[in-house]
Amino acid sequence: MNHGPATPNAPDPAGGYKSRLGVWMFLIYCLVYAGFVFTNVLTEGQAMQKIVGFGLNLAVVYGMGLIIFALILALIYNALCTAKEKELAGKPGEETS
Amino acid sequence: MNLSGTPLSIIIFSLFVILVLYLSYYFARRAKSAAGYFAAGGQIHWAVNGISFAGDYLSAASFLGICGMIATLGYDGFLYSIGYLAGWIVALFVVAEPMKRMGKFTFTDALDARFNSKGIKLSAAISTLVVSICYLIPQMNGAGSLVEPLLGLPHWVGVCIVGVIVITIVATAGMTSTTYVQFLKGGLLLLFSTVLVVMLMLRGISTEAPGLTDDEGNKLSFDTVETTLGDLTAEGYTLVHREDKFVKLLDGQEASWWVQDGQTLRKCQWENDELVNGEPEGLLYPVGRVRQIGGMTAEEAAKGTGSLNIISFLAKLTHPETVIEQWHKTKVLDEAGVKTTVYYPKLVSGTDQMKPGVKFKVKTGWEKTNFISLMLALFFGTAALPHILIRYYTVPSPACARKSTIVAIAAIGFFYILTLFMGLGAGISTTVNPADNNMSAPLLALSFGGVIFAIISAIAFATVLGTVAGLIVAASGAVAHDLMDRFGNMELTEQRKVRAGKVAAFAVGIVAIILGIVFKGVNVSFLVGWAFAVAASANLPAILMLLFWPKTTAQGITASIFVGIVAALGIILTGPAMFAGPYGMTAADAWHPLGQPGIVSIPLSFLTLVVVSLATQKKRVVPQ
Repeated sequence: MNHGPATPNAPDPAGGYKSRLGVWMFLIYCLVYAGFVFTNVLTEGQAMQKIVGFGLNLAVVYGMGLIIFALILALIYNALCTAKEKELAGKPGEETS
Repeated sequence: MNLSGTPLSIIIFSLFVILVLYLSYYFARRAKSAAGYFAAGGQIHWAVNGISFAGDYLSAASFLGICGMIATLGYDGFLYSIGYLAGWIVALFVVAEPMKRMGKFTFTDALDARFNSKGIKLSAAISTLVVSICYLIPQMNGAGSLVEPLLGLPHWVGVCIVGVIVITIVATAGMTSTTYVQFLKGGLLLLFSTVLVVMLMLRGISTEAPGLTDDEGNKLSFDTVETTLGDLTAEGYTLVHREDKFVKLLDGQEASWWVQDGQTLRKCQWENDELVNGEPEGLLYPVGRVRQIGGMTAEEAAKGTGSLNIISFLAKLTHPETVIEQWHKTKVLDEAGVKTTVYYPKLVSGTDQMKPGVKFKVKTGWEKTNFISLMLALFFGTAALPHILIRYYTVPSPACARKSTIVAIAAIGFFYILTLFMGLGAGISTTVNPADNNMSAPLLALSFGGVIFAIISAIAFATVLGTVAGLIVAASGAVAHDLMDRFGNMELTEQRKVRAGKVAAFAVGIVAIILGIVFKGVNVSFLVGWAFAVAASANLPAILMLLFWPKTTAQGITASIFVGIVAALGIILTGPAMFAGPYGMTAADAWHPLGQPGIVSIPLSFLTLVVVSLATQKKRVVPQ
């Protein structure tokens, strides 16, 4: 039996753009995430207990910030991808099913 | 602890189970074809799929495990929330659309799309089975923990109930019913977790924690006695045994264990094969409370803060003068050599409670390595979990795969922020079972009344059901589609493939039941951390290199998957957590001090793929 995609995919002229954009945004998030991990490791946890505002320490603010930053990046990525898909709609695709 | 089920909790629980089974029956007619059974026909709306992603992902590990770990260890449990959510970034930016474009039913399809290699089919199917079973163990364990107080049934009965219901769901309707069960459960989990956090904020913080009561209305709490050894011996206590900082005293015939902190002795709870807190039918009492609230007098703290907002709640607990009672457990031998588990209180400041370092210390080189390894596995594990990847085949297009991932990030991120409040709330409300912290969030709900407890517990049970169903669909797809049909060239018809998937679902379900009983009492999030490490080691290098390195060969992918599985499992099985836990020895007996395998096994899997691919370039099949 056929082992291709479950549903046929239309050509995607924005495929290359989305792939490059995804890699860049992934790298940005990686840097911020690595900043959290290595701040804790290199300061042996001392930096994480510093109060940075509203009575909250760096561990709480950075940790929650990582969660919120992920959502912000995801929304920006979707907006840029959707705009590019609309812009290139109908043009020959870079990738097909 | 001995909390028996109330009629209300049993009714609400039963209604949930009936609803879930009805959904399975209703959607069964859509699952006649293999596409319907394994991929819900590829026609699920992206928004529904996004919430279903959340339903799949917010498993027992997230709801029970993380909250339990935060309740007992403070901020360290929140590290899992951060890592689990960060993993979705990898899924969105790198994996979502390509996986949808390349695959059909399973992630093996996507890996094998360019090569048609028997090695990839075999290795990826085995990887799917191994990761699914690693992930199933904590889910089943969590189900057992839930059923004990919810229905008043033993742990193993809870595990069996989940197993039977899930096998019924999967064997009747496959991915379609699993999707809608996940959607329902994911939505309800978000809604009622929010309700619970709002109730917690309205109650505020007090040193006189409301705690739990038994059926007669008596408060279930452990008297936290602090004294000195001299005072106790003056009262007639006799010191009969000392091990490290723990002492066993006798008052007449009554034995008690105490933990020494400087000159102070604090009374502990304890149990062995015959006695619990000194009695044959004795009970363990719920624990966890605030001893002192920063910036308030003792009288003010006893009256409580009144309602707080989410920032002032965290700020109060972070205050350096706030003192929180953390409960830990250890095993000691008494004077007769009887192995005894002692649950003991440790007082920590708000500063220490709200920063990493209780479970995941970063002082020594090995501790730092373990911490980095854990965060690495959590980050790279999500996008390599088979039961998450197969959900990309249930939507109509790559754009829908992307949008559903964003809905998932929003829903899951919101929930993970709530886990910090639910976990901390449980840890200061005298609602933590010292022997099994997995029930901390539902018991926090119980402190607000039976109705919210019954609803939260039923949702938590549905959480387990949904995740287990998704895992079993992934595992049955690996057996029926990847191994039997594609690797074994059995050329199954649609109907025979669906039937094979159902038989595989039954077999995997039985294995999960057995392992769920064996791993009773281990924190479920800790166990899921291992599943992430195996997935990140076995699957992610293959997925990423296939997408971004044109020289990747089928042999390279096959070798990297096998090396990833063996390295990750090998490090776990010979590591300190297994020796201190299931093997019944001590952490010092372990072959190495590495508790988390990712930092070794992930790079090793990447390296294997590169080396083998370069060595097999001539055999590479050029893409069509």
